[in-house]
Amino acid sequence: MSGITKKFGDFTANQNINLTVHRGEVHALLGENGAGKTTLMNVLYGLYKPTEGTIKVNGKPLQVSDPNVAIANGIGMVHQHFMLVDPFTVTENIILGNEPTKTFGVLDLQRAEEEVRQLSQTYGLHVEATAKIQDLSVGSQQRVEILKTLYRGAQILILDEPTAVLTPQEIQELANIIRNLTKAGKSIIIITHKLNEIKQVADYCTIIRRGAHIDTVQVNEVSEDDLAAKMVGREVSFKVAKKQRERGDKVLEIRGLEVEDSRGITAVNGLDLDLYQGEILGIAGIDGNGQKELIEALTGLTKVRSGVVKVRDKEVTNRTPGEMINKHRVAHIPEDRQKRGLIFEFDIAENMVLEKYNVPPFSRWFTLLWDKIYQNADLLVKKFDIRPQDSRVLARALSGGNQQKMIIAREVSNDPELLIAAQPTRGLDVGAIEYVHQSLVEQRDAGKGVLLISFELDEIINVSDRIAVIYEGEIVGILDAEGVDEKSVGLMMAGGSA
Amino acid sequence: MKFTKSDLKELFIRGPLGLTIFSTILGFSIGAIVLAIAGFNPAEAYWAIIRGIFSKPKYMSYVIIYATPLIITGLSVAFALRTGLFNIGAEGQFIVGAMTAAMAGYYFQLPMIIHVPLCILLAMSAAAVWGGLAGYIKARFGVHEVISTIMLNWIAFYLSNWSLTIKSFGKQGTGKSYMIQETARIDLFGQWKITEAGIDFIRSHKILGDVLKSPVNIGILVALLLAFLVWYILNKTTLGYELRAVGFNPDAAEYGGINVKKSMVTSMAIAGGLAGAAGALQVMGVGHKIAKLAIMEGYGFDGIAVALIGNNTGPGSVFAGLLFGGLKYGGSKIQDAVGAPTEVINIVVGTIILFIAMPKFIQLVLRFKKG
Amino acid sequence: MDVIIQDIGFIIGTTLMYSTPLIFTSLGGVITERSGVVNIGLEGMMYFGAFAGAAAAYFFQDPWLGLLCAALGGAFWGLIHAIACVSFAAEQIVSGIAINFLGAGSALFISRILFDGATQTLTVVDKIPQPLNFLFGEGKLFPSSGFMDLVFNRFATVYIAFAMVFIVWFVLYKTKTGMRVRAVGENPEAANTLGISVVKIRYGAVIMSGFFAGLGGAAMSIAVVSRFSNTLISGHGFIALAAMIFGKWKPQGALVACLLFGAAKGFEIYLGAKGVPVASDVLAMLPYVITIVVLVGIVGKTVPPAAIGKIFEKGGH
Repeated sequence: MSGITKKFGDFTANQNINLTVHRGEVHALLGENGAGKTTLMNVLYGLYKPTEGTIKVNGKPLQVSDPNVAIANGIGMVHQHFMLVDPFTVTENIILGNEPTKTFGVLDLQRAEEEVRQLSQTYGLHVEATAKIQDLSVGSQQRVEILKTLYRGAQILILDEPTAVLTPQEIQELANIIRNLTKAGKSIIIITHKLNEIKQVADYCTIIRRGAHIDTVQVNEVSEDDLAAKMVGREVSFKVAKKQRERGDKVLEIRGLEVEDSRGITAVNGLDLDLYQGEILGIAGIDGNGQKELIEALTGLTKVRSGVVKVRDKEVTNRTPGEMINKHRVAHIPEDRQKRGLIFEFDIAENMVLEKYNVPPFSRWFTLLWDKIYQNADLLVKKFDIRPQDSRVLARALSGGNQQKMIIAREVSNDPELLIAAQPTRGLDVGAIEYVHQSLVEQRDAGKGVLLISFELDEIINVSDRIAVIYEGEIVGILDAEGVDEKSVGLMMAGGSA
Repeated sequence: MKFTKSDLKELFIRGPLGLTIFSTILGFSIGAIVLAIAGFNPAEAYWAIIRGIFSKPKYMSYVIIYATPLIITGLSVAFALRTGLFNIGAEGQFIVGAMTAAMAGYYFQLPMIIHVPLCILLAMSAAAVWGGLAGYIKARFGVHEVISTIMLNWIAFYLSNWSLTIKSFGKQGTGKSYMIQETARIDLFGQWKITEAGIDFIRSHKILGDVLKSPVNIGILVALLLAFLVWYILNKTTLGYELRAVGFNPDAAEYGGINVKKSMVTSMAIAGGLAGAAGALQVMGVGHKIAKLAIMEGYGFDGIAVALIGNNTGPGSVFAGLLFGGLKYGGSKIQDAVGAPTEVINIVVGTIILFIAMPKFIQLVLRFKKG
Repeated sequence: MDVIIQDIGFIIGTTLMYSTPLIFTSLGGVITERSGVVNIGLEGMMYFGAFAGAAAAYFFQDPWLGLLCAALGGAFWGLIHAIACVSFAAEQIVSGIAINFLGAGSALFISRILFDGATQTLTVVDKIPQPLNFLFGEGKLFPSSGFMDLVFNRFATVYIAFAMVFIVWFVLYKTKTGMRVRAVGENPEAANTLGISVVKIRYGAVIMSGFFAGLGGAAMSIAVVSRFSNTLISGHGFIALAAMIFGKWKPQGALVACLLFGAAKGFEIYLGAKGVPVASDVLAMLPYVITIVVLVGIVGKTVPPAAIGKIFEKGGH
C-alpha cells in the first residue's frame, strides 16, 4: 500500500501511509486508539474507498472496490468486533458468501462441514463444526473468524486487535496459531496498541500516529520504550502523579454478592470487597468475569440474587438507580457513555440534570425550572472546560473526550460518596486520558472512594492505590498497587494463583 | 427562547420544519402528476379543494369538525412517539372512548355541567386503561406495542359491536345505540337551532347562520386545550423530561434513575386517554350515538399521519390535523367538481409521510441543488 | 352423526379459505423481516393486490393473469418501500404507514377511473378455479357437500398457499439465497464483509414481501369473494403481520397462526349460519385475545432477527 489517504468529510483518518508486507511475515500495525489503523485496514479490505493512493498485491496494482475483490485476491480480515451471525453454526458462518451448493442453489452442508473439519485440522484451529456461534467462547469465535479467511484462500490475514478480549492462555494459543500460519506461507498484519505482543509475535512494525505514517522498524532491533515513544510522539510517563494519602472510613462494603447476567447465569459469585475514603481501588480482570454485573448491582441497574451491599454502613442492596444516585450518593461513569451515559438528542444542560431533574433547584411542583438548569450547565461547562462552551449544544455534537468530560462533570458535581468509573478512558486520546485520570485522583484526594474498573492492566496499576483481581465473579486477590508485579496480576486474572 | 438567524436556518433548512414543508410540496406535486396522468387538470382539482374549504363559512366549519378528532388522535400518537412508542392503537382507544362516552351519555341523567366533563373523563380513563395495557405488556413481557395495539384495536372493535347487543344500550335491530342525553351533548345551540327563532336566525345571518348549518360543537376547543397540555407536559414538566429521555435513550434514562417501565405505561396510558377523548368528543358533538362498525373508521390511523406530519409536537398536530381535515373534507368535493377520484388525497398524504420517513432523500436533493 | 361430520367439514373448509389470504401475506412478512426490514405496509400492499387482481381478472377474463397482476402490483409497492428503507435509510415503520395510505389510495383512485367512479370492481366471473372439483358430485369419487367435498374442494389458491409455505421454508433454510437473507437480517455488517450485497438481498426480500402480500390480496378478491371493494381488506395485512410474529418469524409458525385466525372466522360464519345464539362478536374477538395471551407467554423465549428495523449503511460514518 502506498500513499494511502482516507478522508471522512473534513476529517483525515489516513494521511499518505505506506505499508509493505512480505510473504510469511508478521507485520504489526501500532498506534493509539483512533490513530487510523483500522481505517487503513478497512481500505485494504475494500470496506472503505481510499481518497488517494494505490494498493498492490503480489506486485499487481489492485482496485479494491469491495470485499469481494479483497477476498478474491487472498486478503482476509478478522475484525475487532467479530463479524459472526450468532444463531448460525460454525460451518454456516464459515461458508457464508461462498457456499458450496448442489443443483438449484441448495446448500451442501455435508460437504461444507467436511471442508471445515479439514481446514481446522490443517492449521490446528479447533472448533466444533456444528456448534452455534452463540454457544462458543470468545477464543473459539476468533478461531472461526480465522477459519473464515482461510476457507476463502486468504494469503494475507489482517487481525484487528486480536487479543483485546482474550485470556492470557487464549493469547498464547493465538500466538501458536499465528506461527502455524506463517509457517504455511501466510502473511499476517496485526493491528494492536499492545507493545509486549508486538515483541512476542511480530517481525516488523509500522507505527501510525494521528493518521500519519511515522516509521517502519524491525521489531528485534527496538525496545518497547522506543515503540511507545514513536506511538505517542513524546516520552510518556505512564505513572499518574499522586500524593500519599491516608485512607479514611469505609465507604463500600460488599459481602457474598451473587448476581446473574442477562441470561440467568451466575456472573458475580460470592464476591467480598471493601473500599475506603481517599483511595482508588482498581478492579483488574478480563472482560466477562462479572465486572459488568458487579457495576450494575452497585448502581441499582440490576437486582442481586443474594449478598449484602453497604454504602457508609447503610444497607443498599437492591435499591433503585434513583435511590443509589440521590440518596446514597453513588456516582457512576458508565462503561458505554453513548449507550448509558448520555442522551445524544438532549443538549448539554438537559444531560447535566439527568439524575437531578426532579429535585430542587431544578424543578418545583413537577415543573422544570429551565433557567436553573441552564445556569447549572453554564457553570459546569466553564469549570470542566467542556467544548464547545455552550449549554445548548446537543451531546451528539461533542467529541468523545468532551462527552466524557460532561459525564465526569455531572457525576462529580453530585458530590458522591462513592465514584464508580468503568472503563473511563476507553476510546479517548492521550490528553483526555490524562484528564480523566487526574479527575479520579482529585476525587480520591477530596476523600471520596473511587472504584475503577478497567480491562487495561496498565491503567489499573498506574492509577489505583489498591488492586483487586476479579476472576469468574470472585475477588481472587487484593494487592497494593505500589511495586506490584504485572505478571503475577496477569496470572491471577487468568485464574492462576499468584 | 430567543431565535437567532442561524437557529431559524437550522429549523427550516435542515430541521424538522424544512423536512415537513419539502415533503408537503413533494406530496402535492406527486398528487398533481398522478392526476395529470389520469387525465385530470391538477390545477382545477386543487382549486376545487381550496374552494371546497374556503368558499363558504359552513365549509370551514366542517373542516374544523373533521379536523377535531384527527388533531387529538394525532396528539395521542405523537405523545407516545416521544417516548419511543408507536401507538398504532389510537384506533382502538378511540373506539373504547366513543363507546364509554355513549354509555355514560345515555345511562346517566345529570346536569350538563357535570354530565359533559364526566363523560369525557370516563371515556379518557377507559381508553387510558386500553392504551396503558399495551404499555404494560411491553414493559412487563416485552411484547412489541405495535403488535399488541393491533390486537387491542380489533378487540375494541368487536367489544364495541358486542356492546350494541346489550338490550338496554343498543336499539335492537338497528345496529345503533340509543342517543345520548341532551345534557351530554356538546353541540353549540343544538336545540335552539331547530326552534323558530333559531331557524330565523340562520336564514337572516349570512355568515353565522351558514356556520350553524354544520354540527358546530366545542370539540375544537377541547382539542386545542389538549394540544397545549401535551406541549406543556412534554416541555415543561419533569414527567415530560422522563418520557422524552426514555424515548431517546432508555438505557441512559434507566442509568439516570428513571423508571423506564413505568414511563412506558404512563406514556401509553396518556396516549390512550387522548385518543379516547377524540372518540368521546365525536360521539358527544357529532354522532350522539355509536353504530355497529363494519370496518375500522380510520381515525386512529389518520392520527398516525397527523402526528408524523406534525413532527410529533402539540402545535404541529394542530396544524397537521387541520391540513388533513381540510384535505379530507375539501377532497370529497373534487369528485363532483372535476370528476377526479377523491382518493388522490390519500396519495398526497401517503407521499408526504413517505418523504418525511426519509430525511436523507431531502438532504440529497438539497446538496444536489447546491452543486 | 353425519351432520356433525359435515359441520366439522364446513368449519375446516371455511377456515382454509379464510386463512389463505393471511398465509400469503404473512409469508411476505417472514421474508422481509428475515432480511431485517420491518414491513408494516403489508396492509396497503395487500389492499392494492386485491384490487389489481380483481381488476385484471375482470378485464382479461383470466384469474391467473389476475393473480399475476396482483403479485406484481404488491411487488411495486414493495419496491417503493425498499427504495425508502434500503437506499434512503427511512424509518421503516413510518415508510410502512405511508405505503398503507398509498396502496389503498392508489387502488381506490384507479378503481374509480376504471369502474366508473365506483370504489369497487364489477363481479369477476372467472374466479380462481377449484382444481379438485372433478372429484366431487353425483357419481364421482366423493359425494357433493360431504366432508371430503367441504374440506378438499377448495380454490387453487389454498393449495398454492400451502405449497408456498413449504417453498419459502425450503428456500430460507436450505438454499444459499435463504442463508444469505437470514444472515443479512441477523448481522448485515458481517454479511457485508463477506462480499454479500446487503442492499440487493434486502431489495429482493422487500419486493418479494410485496409480491406475496399482493397474492394475499388476490386470494381474497378473486377466490374468497368475487370482487374487490373498499371494505374488503380492512386490517387483514395487520393480522398477517401479527401472525408472522406469533409464528416466531418462521413460515411454518406463521401458517399455524394464520390457521388460528382463519378458524375464528370459520366458527363465526358457521355459528352465524346455524343461527346459534352465541355472541359472534365475542367469538370474533377471541383470536386477538389468544394472540396477546400467547405473545405474553412466549415472547421472552423467541428472538426476532437481530438486525430488524435497523438501518444499514455501507461504509459507516
